[in-house]
Amino acid sequence: MNGIHDLGGMHGLGPLVVEANEPVFHHDWERRVFGMFLPIFATGTFNVDELRAAIERMGAPAYLNTTYYEHWLHAYETLLVGKGVLTQAELAARQRQIAAGAH
Amino acid sequence: MSTNHNRPLSEVEIRVKALESLLVEKGLIDPAAVDALIDAYEHKIGPRNGAKVVARAWTDPDYKQRLLVDGTKAIAELGFSGVQGEDMVVIENTPQVHNVLVCTLCSCYPWPTLGLPPVWYKSAPYRSRVVSEPRGVLQEFGLELADSVQVRVWDSTAELRYMVLPERPAGTEGWTEDALAELVTRDAMIGVTKVVVPGK
Repeated sequence: MNGIHDLGGMHGLGPLVVEANEPVFHHDWERRVFGMFLPIFATGTFNVDELRAAIERMGAPAYLNTTYYEHWLHAYETLLVGKGVLTQAELAARQRQIAAGAH
Repeated sequence: MSTNHNRPLSEVEIRVKALESLLVEKGLIDPAAVDALIDAYEHKIGPRNGAKVVARAWTDPDYKQRLLVDGTKAIAELGFSGVQGEDMVVIENTPQVHNVLVCTLCSCYPWPTLGLPPVWYKSAPYRSRVVSEPRGVLQEFGLELADSVQVRVWDSTAELRYMVLPERPAGTEGWTEDALAELVTRDAMIGVTKVVVPGK
């Protein structure tokens, strides 16, 4: 599929920033997103190609303005809701509980 | 799940906690399995694996031959295989040809030998530019190549993963495999730098 992810040769995407002695993860939430991928695949709900396709379907502004593990998170949410494992309503409700410190 | 936070959670932190807690509650994932995967890639699987492959290839011509013919099989000889390394192709840097890796579409990277990719490898600036102006990108990594050196950029596919076999630096004749492995860096196996002997 053609789309924003097809970045080869594109111009104007800013400077190349290289971090010296970069850690494997920058935030604990990145660890959790990474660590969930095989357990989620093991449920048989979707595979790596579907994950990639869900990322490729992100709109250009979202794709370029969010980080790598946010792309994964977006794909998990989209596919788990899309395939009926979770509902958007229960995700939103749980997010509100966590934001309120109630979970 | 702890609610004892010193600062408000960010939006993304809330989303991650919500997702994981629901999947755990439904019995779909085991948090211990999540922890184990994090530990493996944070502490066990990384570019030291690839460095051992490179050092073996530098000291054992038969192994090098096997590595260049069937990378997946030769890398598995050293015990490295699995997710994101199922189909490995190793390409050799020489004085005439310099190879560098990218995944323009995504972030494909040989996890069993190099671990998880650095942020710059996954970034839009690297993926967009290294295919159209590789020499300029390599210069930003401090690598100046003579005009006579051919630069080849290898763009990963969904299944295939590349790894660069860097040139063995001069002045390392007679070094042990372990000492050579110490010299080999992640960036040299991506192809954005060369392997150098410190102090030379």
